[in-house]
Amino acid sequence: MNRRYFDHNATTPVSPVVLDVYMQALQRMYGNASSIHRTGQEARQALEQARRQVASYLSCEPKEVIFTSGGTEADNLAVFGVVRASRKPRRRVITTAIEHPAVLNACMQLEREDVEVLYVPPGGDGVVDPEAIRRCINADTVLISVMHANNEVGTIQPVAEIAGMAREHGIPFHSDGVQAAGKIPVQAGVDLYAVSAHKLYAPKGVGALRVRNGVALQPLMFGGRHEQGRRPGTENVPAALAFGAAVENISLERMDRVRRMRDRLESAILERVPGTRVNGAGAPRLPNTTNICFDGIGGEALVIALDLAGFAVSTGAACSSGAVAPSHVLTAMGLTARQARSSVRFSLGESNTEEDVDELVKAIVEAVERLRRVSPDWSPHD
Amino acid sequence: MTEAPSVAVAMSGGVDSSTVAALLHKRGTRVIGFTMQLWDQRRLPQVAGEGATGRCCSLDDVYDARRVADQLGIPYYVVNFEAEFEERVVKPFVAEYLAGRTPIPCTLCNNHVKFRSFLEMAKGVGAEWIATGHYARIRYDGAAGRRQLLRAVDRSKDQTYFLFGLTQEQLAQTMFPLGELTKTQVRELARQLGLSVAEKDESQEICFIPNGDYAAFLEAYFQDQGAPLGRTRGEIVTADGRVLGEHAGVHRFTIGQRKGLGVAVGEPLYVITTDPGAQRVVVGAEKQLFRDRLFAHSMNWVSIDPPEAPLRAEVKIRNKHEAAPATVFPTGSPERVEIRFDEPQRAVTPGQAAVLYDGDLVLGGGWIE
Repeated sequence: MNRRYFDHNATTPVSPVVLDVYMQALQRMYGNASSIHRTGQEARQALEQARRQVASYLSCEPKEVIFTSGGTEADNLAVFGVVRASRKPRRRVITTAIEHPAVLNACMQLEREDVEVLYVPPGGDGVVDPEAIRRCINADTVLISVMHANNEVGTIQPVAEIAGMAREHGIPFHSDGVQAAGKIPVQAGVDLYAVSAHKLYAPKGVGALRVRNGVALQPLMFGGRHEQGRRPGTENVPAALAFGAAVENISLERMDRVRRMRDRLESAILERVPGTRVNGAGAPRLPNTTNICFDGIGGEALVIALDLAGFAVSTGAACSSGAVAPSHVLTAMGLTARQARSSVRFSLGESNTEEDVDELVKAIVEAVERLRRVSPDWSPHD
Repeated sequence: MTEAPSVAVAMSGGVDSSTVAALLHKRGTRVIGFTMQLWDQRRLPQVAGEGATGRCCSLDDVYDARRVADQLGIPYYVVNFEAEFEERVVKPFVAEYLAGRTPIPCTLCNNHVKFRSFLEMAKGVGAEWIATGHYARIRYDGAAGRRQLLRAVDRSKDQTYFLFGLTQEQLAQTMFPLGELTKTQVRELARQLGLSVAEKDESQEICFIPNGDYAAFLEAYFQDQGAPLGRTRGEIVTADGRVLGEHAGVHRFTIGQRKGLGVAVGEPLYVITTDPGAQRVVVGAEKQLFRDRLFAHSMNWVSIDPPEAPLRAEVKIRNKHEAAPATVFPTGSPERVEIRFDEPQRAVTPGQAAVLYDGDLVLGGGWIE
């Protein structure tokens, strides 16, 4: 069966340009970047070239870029690294209720380590009010962490404003930029910013944390002196090169085409399927994401029905066994557990076509109709 | 999506449902595999016991089911019915126990989760049928124009005691491919089909109480709900009111139970009845356990129309009970019957099901009052 992929916030296919760089590096660039000999030196040069590419994309200095195994490690390094480096007797972290688990669960671990964590809820539109963050700031605050764009609903957070506020108070500010990167201009004015390569048409297994010069950071792991002692482990040079090629290949013009397809999908669903609402509608959102609540059906069932029809979409939150709990993001936005369970995320990408979108709409109309026919929860007069 | 008819198979990761998926797949049916996530074993760690892995809804079972699905090359999904399961199975189970009855969660799960929520979802995603690894048979009676439920060919594995609540509509959309096979044949088939679970052990306990300690589950569940069980201690008495000792809660006892009473009076004592209102457990000699009649309510006449005249049947009053000859008397309501056994039966237990058979045919069933 022809498969059409609408889950680019989960991961992206590797683009041909990136694949070419990656394959060549895997074949040739086997040196250890820490070695003295020229095989190692070549690997070092390649690694530093990749670092310059990522730094240029993030508008920072190359030495501010730490390569990691991916977005989760970058977020963990930022959160634990800053908090554990602080010598304050009492420590408070301010974050939001809609963070990715890479930040949320790191914060929950900090709570077990006697750090106070405040989780600021968003408004009903999925955007956090900077004033709500400001009200949480006190003398004990050692870190503020607010994601740049939400992975489930795509809402863009006012990070520039929050960054300014944090700077005023001399508090380090981290932003999880994993979903924003490649889709909207990245945020340069933050102290720490996490990105992941596999959301950018590069392979899994590599990401980066930008750490502004002067921000104290305790490493998560201990070993050799790689990445200036902040992230030990032999550098994954081919992956870093692929990452570098991927950020160079980012084009916000191409994103405009994705935005038009997303809008086409969204308006077709709202028009042709009664009982639907866009979660986070009205808020500034990523150009590729739409999260839609379909009254009277389970999001999980719709995802399965669409998969069987050849379309990959997502409910946005999955546990290790593949089963679904109601989304913490949607419930934090004030949706009921039932509404949250009725919501499905469509995240588009460069490989999609208008024809894909039209086929998807047809499949959604058919699947939703059938699911509602058998659903005890659906009445069109709700 | 207008291809060959497709069947959603409920795959637990065990040998029976895995064989169902493999058999249907081999016959050329479009099979979609599902594992239902019904209960989170991590929720009440104090009763998880050492059986927490390798039991229902554990990650091990999902792993096994997924492996079979991969082997067959069929689509496979884990679906979450925890909310439905807690509401329709666990809560009634707990309430029944506290009311001094001995409930059957598997029947509730069949009636409300497997053959309702799961069936709805299966139809919603485009399947025409569901199939499970139950040992039972479904037959269409052309003359009566209705479907009938029959015991499995393998009497020792027959599961119709738990399936009497199915409706005509549910039966019309359900397949029990193992009904004609013996367990030995099923295992042999699983081996021949090269299924990775062919030698896997069977689970015996109620799936959400893997260590089999119901009392500990009830206590842990109430704790989890933020409302620990209040005072549950009470007296152990004889039928004529003699106090023999104390007990730690009526929910710890079921009719016919002999062990764990903690009292000794020379002759063996059994629980004759429990009275949750007075927190009393009444004990007595074994002969006091025998009853020759009972009332059953919420009758479902699965294979026949509700009878208007007395009816001869063999009646089974718990899963391990040998169905006993009886006469079934209609009352004013088709949903309630009086059952008079030819011979008194041991430990007629409120909350268990009374299931009526005519040979292999399951006539219907209801709940013992």
